[in-house]
Amino acid sequence: MTLFDFSDYAELIPLVQNSLIAGLLLGLVGGLIGVFVMTRDMSFAVHGISELSFAGAAFALLLGFNVVGGSIVGSLVAAAIIGYLGAKAKDRNSIVAVLMPAGLGLGILALALYEGRAANKFGLLTGQIVAVDDPQLFWLIAICSVVLVTLLVIWRPLTFASVDVEVAAARGVPTRALSTVFMLLLGLAVAASVQIVGALLVLSLLVTPAAAALRVSKSPVVTPVLSVAFAVTSVIGGILLALGAGLPISPYVTTISFLIYVICRVIEKVKK
Amino acid sequence: MTPVLAIKNASLAFGERTLWSNLNLEIKPQEFIAVIGANGSGKTTLLKAILGQEKLSQGEIEINGKAARSGSTSIGYIPQHRTIDSSTPMRAKDMLRLGVDGHKFGFPFSSRESNKKVQHILGCVDAFDLADKRVGELSGGELQRLRVGQAVIDEPDLILADEPLSALDLAQQKVIAELLDQERRDHNAAVIFVTHDVNPILSMVDRVLYLANGKFRIGTPDEVLRSEVLSELYGTPVDVVRNQGRILVVGTQDHDHHDHEDWH
Repeated sequence: MTLFDFSDYAELIPLVQNSLIAGLLLGLVGGLIGVFVMTRDMSFAVHGISELSFAGAAFALLLGFNVVGGSIVGSLVAAAIIGYLGAKAKDRNSIVAVLMPAGLGLGILALALYEGRAANKFGLLTGQIVAVDDPQLFWLIAICSVVLVTLLVIWRPLTFASVDVEVAAARGVPTRALSTVFMLLLGLAVAASVQIVGALLVLSLLVTPAAAALRVSKSPVVTPVLSVAFAVTSVIGGILLALGAGLPISPYVTTISFLIYVICRVIEKVKK
Repeated sequence: MTPVLAIKNASLAFGERTLWSNLNLEIKPQEFIAVIGANGSGKTTLLKAILGQEKLSQGEIEINGKAARSGSTSIGYIPQHRTIDSSTPMRAKDMLRLGVDGHKFGFPFSSRESNKKVQHILGCVDAFDLADKRVGELSGGELQRLRVGQAVIDEPDLILADEPLSALDLAQQKVIAELLDQERRDHNAAVIFVTHDVNPILSMVDRVLYLANGKFRIGTPDEVLRSEVLSELYGTPVDVVRNQGRILVVGTQDHDHHDHEDWH
């Protein structure tokens, strides 16, 4: 067993072309939305959404439906519940804490009943080995495009509402509608991320890169750019490193993402 | 001349409870109005009605002759001081820019014009040294200074301020109040200033709107802030004491805190 093996690398790369495209898109989406996850204090909510997304995917697998579709349904249901009941940060945390085990439990039930390939089961929780097929890639491209375009269009008002909700509302920003839209985008981003890194590790794409970027930048332009760079580096790097060893990509993705965070903290410390 | 703000025969009630009724008020350009009253007397609700966020039970509110609606660019708003999370990726100058284009949807490109406005306002509120600081690391006084700038950056005709001095110390209160006074003159804006303590702004106030028990009085500070006027308004004996240019209202339950805040 080796952690890194690059002997047949040239032949392997074409096999993961789909994964690389997916990784690039996810890095872009995760890095950007992560900045808002941080400013709106929603890290824990992301984790909660991903567990319900997992449950949705697991049931889809069991019943023979489209797994990405199941994942999206689970995500959106969770995002809607958290958005509706958890307008205040304190309420939100308890609601997430209640939803999370419920989702995870249902998901495990569905997986236990499923009689197909075991690799599919664990993939949902801990990430894929590097297998994104064409229909799956199509779904990911569609989801990521919707999230990206919408996020860019609402960027300024969402920033305003995230920083100073009262002043934003006074200027006519539809703050409640925006927070609903944001929750839906977050749900979609989570559902997409679950496909690649698995439900348990979604935070490594949607939170860690943005958290790292915030350590070294205070600019509203540089921060999202760095966050995207960190997220893309983590996913693409993770896929390329995992390739040789034939292991799941998630440990590589999470480790790179974590190391970037540590480095950013060190840089912050040194700068001060 | 068209008044900046015209409140016509306005009433606002939630169910059985009437906050105020038959309120008539016209505000001229550059006028400075203090809105004073107990907690729950409908001060903030009045601001919300002017902002078009709260529907009146009766009557009308017009801004520059047009019905009040949400998102009017004729209004600048200054909220109560609240700290901003220190991890927020935003510098002081970025916060000012939100006052120019923060409400606009569409791809977030910044224009040269808004850069110019930001630079101008940084000068106005004496914040060049704060421009590149993280907003989460600013002191209360610094943040409120920026919020004054943010409220005037889009050249509003009317500034609404909701307890903007609360949580600031006395020295800072003075600085922010004077800055607001200066800015509204320079930018030709009228001010509606909601506060529970009129003293920091007493010298700049043209008229007072005093809300209590579903009733109100409007007039100059000398006309309204008198024992007999407020006693009648509250329906219980109230003393207005003046000392060294400061005003203290004694005898209303809701003004107990003045005992701590006004005598220093």
